[in-house]
Amino acid sequence: MLSVKDVQKSFDRFLAVKNANLEVERGEIVAVIGPNGAGKSTLFGLIAGRLAPDKGRIIFKGKDIGGLASYLICRRGLSMSFQIVNVFNRLTVFENVQVSVLSRLRRAFDLITPSKRVAVEETREILKSVGLSNVENRASGSLSHGERKVLEIAIALGANPELLILDEPTAGMAPDETASTIKLLEYLNSDLGLTILFCEHDIELVFSFANRVMVMRQGVSIVQGTPQEVKDNEQVREAYLGGS
Amino acid sequence: MPPDGLSRLKWFTLGMAVLIVLALCPQFLPRFFTYLLALILITGLMATSLNVALGFGGMYQFHHAVFYGVGAYSVSLMLIKTNLPIALCFFTAPFASAVLALVMGFICVRLSKLYFGMLQLSLGSLVWVVVYRWYSFTGGDDGLHGVPIPSLISSVSGSFYFTLIVSVVSLGLMYVILNSPFGQILQAIRDNPERSETIGVHVRAHQLVTQVIAGFFAGVAGVLFVTVEGSAFPDLMSWTLSLEFLIMCLLGGWFTFLGPMLGAAIIVSLRTMVGVYTEYWTTVLAIILMLLIFFLPEGVIGYLEGFFKRPDVSTEEDR
Repeated sequence: MLSVKDVQKSFDRFLAVKNANLEVERGEIVAVIGPNGAGKSTLFGLIAGRLAPDKGRIIFKGKDIGGLASYLICRRGLSMSFQIVNVFNRLTVFENVQVSVLSRLRRAFDLITPSKRVAVEETREILKSVGLSNVENRASGSLSHGERKVLEIAIALGANPELLILDEPTAGMAPDETASTIKLLEYLNSDLGLTILFCEHDIELVFSFANRVMVMRQGVSIVQGTPQEVKDNEQVREAYLGGS
Repeated sequence: MPPDGLSRLKWFTLGMAVLIVLALCPQFLPRFFTYLLALILITGLMATSLNVALGFGGMYQFHHAVFYGVGAYSVSLMLIKTNLPIALCFFTAPFASAVLALVMGFICVRLSKLYFGMLQLSLGSLVWVVVYRWYSFTGGDDGLHGVPIPSLISSVSGSFYFTLIVSVVSLGLMYVILNSPFGQILQAIRDNPERSETIGVHVRAHQLVTQVIAGFFAGVAGVLFVTVEGSAFPDLMSWTLSLEFLIMCLLGGWFTFLGPMLGAAIIVSLRTMVGVYTEYWTTVLAIILMLLIFFLPEGVIGYLEGFFKRPDVSTEEDR
């Protein structure tokens, strides 16, 4: 479904991503791990169109999307949720998700219909599936950190993506919030059939839950394989797992 | 956006009551106050159109008065220099503003935030200079006076009713637009352009359309101004006037729909009163602005809203 080939990106001569390769098959949960500054967020930014690659190709559903504007990439079925909480602070929780649904339904230039009457059911359904129904009328700025991270995911879901990209979905969450977020992601994958690509610090979490794992280090993808293969890989053990 | 505290019916009744009172004003108010009321409506319409881009779109609309001036000049020039049907002159003038907004917007929306504002300021000043210096066409710094307004709407009460009807229709249209999917996505862009882009919104196109809408209604206000004053002059597109409109939005509450109208009412009334005693109106304005920034960052209506309802509208800083 997604295939990243020899992608490179530098900022002012600093090579953030030197040589990244990644394969994601439809229906999989794929994780990218690596120490801080390994280039994970940059890689995701490249895939989601927030950055343009200097070299290499990013193929999504058979088409090269490298350097395409992010709104166009989103319309092709790839939606991203951010590491830093990135919601619409002055809108209510409901409106946050509704905006995303409206955009997907191509109602952005509908100037007349009251938005109260558009996409209401669908928005409610998404909120219900992520468990935010009870706070739908609150301003999103007033949510707790964990709730806002979940809202992030809900906004991404509004675009009805085939591939969902999550940049550290559980960062800064309390353990119980993490557990419920993982449950949510598993539900999205198994029940809604979403392909999920995410990156994460917590290695235990990754190994317990991803189908395949890609390891990055200093802008280079070292290996991609099943959790077991990755654990057994010599290079990974040296570089990242500290030989343990 | 409509406060949830009161039901729809109550708001409708309240609105109708205000309208009826306004409609009766020319019958019992002295002529000067009728004129002042018309001026407040026009200024309020202008500030509201600015706020579409500013408060709802999050765009640094620093030189909105240009579209006001262009609307005023367009209708004046057409009425003075052409034999076009009068109704057509009135109807097409706002579109001149909209076209200018499209052209300027096309250049400006490539930039964001402050850079957008600065570029708009310079392009707008360019338009102002042309109008200010082109004596043979625009009358230069003298402006255009004695614009032939049809007698039906040239009297004080006639122009007031015309202003009232057009303002109410325009405000209604803007309200509908801001509550449409377009308006909602616009507010999302205001809050977070980057995130909007990643949910499939073409941010620049959206902002450009916003510019055209805001420019159009500013043009409508410009036309109304000519109807009431019978003249157009370069000051209508000066950047100090733009600043005044900005202050009205901030004063009334720039995240609310009716805030700019309230701000306009306060500023226009103050200017009229203060003008009697001193010529240093801008000094007074500066003081208002300072007090505003320190004590009412969300404007009067924003403050009242926070006070009376929606206790959950606390933001991150409150935590």
